[in-house]
This record gives sequence, structure tokens and C-alpha cells, in this order.
Amino acid sequence: MFATASQTIGPFWHLIDDPAWFDLTRFGAEGERIAIEGRMTDGAAAGVTDAAIELFQTSPARSASFPGYGRTATGSDGTFRFVTIRPEPLSGPAGARGNALQAPHCGIAIFARGLLKPLFTRVYFAGEALNETDPILALIDPPSRRPTLIARQIAPARYHLDISLQGDAETVFLEF
Amino acid sequence: MMIDTTPFRALTPDTQPPYLAPEYRSTVLRSPRSAPVAIPQTITELTGPVFTAPQFPPTDNLALTDGREALGERIIVTGRVLDEDGKPVPHSMIEIWQANAAGRYAHPGDTHDAPLDPNFRGSGRVFTDQNGAYRFVTIKPGAYPWGNHHNAWRPNHIHVSLFGPGFATRLITQMYFPGDPLLDLDPIFLATPDADARNRLIAAFDIGVTEPGRALGYHFDIVLRGRHATPMEN
Ligand SMILES: [Fe+3]
Repeated sequence: MFATASQTIGPFWHLIDDPAWFDLTRFGAEGERIAIEGRMTDGAAAGVTDAAIELFQTSPARSASFPGYGRTATGSDGTFRFVTIRPEPLSGPAGARGNALQAPHCGIAIFARGLLKPLFTRVYFAGEALNETDPILALIDPPSRRPTLIARQIAPARYHLDISLQGDAETVFLEF
Repeated sequence: MMIDTTPFRALTPDTQPPYLAPEYRSTVLRSPRSAPVAIPQTITELTGPVFTAPQFPPTDNLALTDGREALGERIIVTGRVLDEDGKPVPHSMIEIWQANAAGRYAHPGDTHDAPLDPNFRGSGRVFTDQNGAYRFVTIKPGAYPWGNHHNAWRPNHIHVSLFGPGFATRLITQMYFPGDPLLDLDPIFLATPDADARNRLIAAFDIGVTEPGRALGYHFDIVLRGRHATPMEN
């Protein structure tokens, strides 16, 4: 058997949008709250205004008070915002590369009109020493593209990540 | 909780659409120019969100809103969610959304002048059972025009969103209807190169699912990525 073909989420996916899902702490999670904000743009540098962005993290561990998953719609200017708990370092991929710790990160999936299948990427956090040795960031060549996955800190507990679907500052997307 | 660390298999080329499909115009400015970077699957990709019915309440009858029946042809859609080895994907959340019988979404962005139906909101949520089976009741969505090219119409379709066991199994797809003449003209449907893969997006009419005097039945199985048979060295 083969996996079912992906199809676009289309422009009207907001019928399943629950605006509360941007906040992964809404069930009462404990830990350091952080905000992850940003703007998504297309190949003409225009804001992507009808996308769904999903955030998934395995740290802190999922529980009844922390789903580890959030989803939000990009706004009329392409901006988005999540509130979550700051993730901890995680064990790295098994095997010959060694078991280098992964720097704190969240997985990101992007769905939109014009995307026949999701784009996957990650968000890391500026200032984390482990970013220098993260086994996934290390796979990105040239290294000059690695910062597209690292959110910059704009205020205490507030991070900003721009996502560029196409063009000079194109975000590095991941396949796994 | 036990974590299955067996990696998921790669998707089979041509059974999935590309990012850039110029006939579908919106892909032109939204598809990356650089190839994605291949990474090994770590705990972030091997595990996924888990949804429970108490926190994410199911709504399995889209044809009924506050006790009032929606307009249109009532249908039952049922099937199983399986992995590529045919193993059921149990207790997994499915989100569904669609246009009404006239081909209009209850969405402020839908400018098609077909009528809205106050008794049809067009979204639902169901969970697979222990055998991977799911079922919902709705009305058959209408075809609708879109701006992609001159005289462009989307075939009748229901949008379906699935999560499965890992972040790597996340899938959003569309269920189509048999015999729809618009399928062979639709750049979204046609973007998947492999014809068999395309045809698996078309539900089967099923007289066994059909309820006498009540609703036509359709069968639609959905397959998520399977895992490697043995843990992979990498
Ligand atoms: Fe649609």
C-alpha cells in the first residue's frame, strides 16, 4: 500500500480553525511561557495571509495540561503568534553520528493554498549554546542558511521567526 | 509511555504531488526554490500530538445543525485509516470541512454567489476506533468555481486532515466522488503524477454503507506512512 496523496488545505480551512489553539499553555501547563511570533512571506515578499502554521514539541513531555501541539492562522499581513512552554534539550538521532544533544526546538508544519503538501521546518532559539552543535542544524549547507531556523529574541521570553517560502532569504525546509 | 523509535518509510515518488505545479497557479510563488534538507527522524518527527475526545469533542454529523437538517443530498462517509502495511491507525483524530450542497463555504472569504445554508456549517471532527474505522454523516458538497484559469471549477470534494502516530505522518488530503467529470480538468487533482495514486483519492459508492430511505454511502480508506520493518542504521 502507498500513503494517500497529499492535497492542498485550500483557502477555506478556517472552518476547522480554533483560535484558542495558538496557546499551547491553555490547559494549564507549567513551565516558562514564551511567545513565538513571526511573519510568513511568499516569493514576491507579500504576506501569506491564509496559511495554517502548526507547532509541535516533545519537550516538555505531553500531558493533559500540555498538548505539545498548536495551530494558528496567519493574519491579514502574514503574521502569526504562538504561546508555549520553552522546550528543553532533546536526545539526538541514533547511530553513527553520535548522540549529540539536540538544541531546544519545535517542529513546524505549514499548510496553505498553493502548497499541495506541507512544508516542514523547525524553530530554534537564539542564545542557546547547543545551537552550535545541534545535529540537525549541522546538516544545513551552506551554514549561512542555518539562521533561517533560529528565532531572534526581541524581548524577554519573546522570539521572532520570519518564514520565507521562496526567494533570497528562503527558509530551510526539512524532509524526513 | 513507550515510544516507537522505528523510522517512517520515505514516501514513494510520483504518488505525492510536487511543490511546484505551474498549472495550479498559487504554487508558483509559494513553492521553495531550494530542495528540502534531508534529516534523520528524531523524537520530534517520530512522535506526534495526541488528541483525546474530552479535550477535542467529536462532531460526526455535519448534516444537522442545532437539530435542523442541511439542504442537499445526505451521505454517509466511512472507511479505515491504515498504514502502508495495512495496519489500522486506532484512536486518531480526523478533521473534515467542505462546501455546502450549492458549492459555497460558510467562510467570509468565499465570494461565490451560490446561497449559504444556515443549517450547514461545514466542519466536523471524528476519531478512528480501535480498528482504524471512522464514519461521519454530511451532505454531498457542490462543485464551485475558482479563479485559477478561465472557467475553472473544483470537483466535488471533502477536505480531510489526519495526524496519525507521528509528526512525520501528518496528512491533509481531499476526498473526491466517483464519476465526476471535473476531475480530469482539475490542476490540483492532476498534480499528483501517478494515476493510481490520484484514483485512490476518489471514494467508492457503497450500497452496503447506503441506508435505505436515509442516505447514500461512500467508502474511503486513507493510508498514512508506514514504518520501516526493522530499525534503520543511519
Ligand atoms: Fe475546497
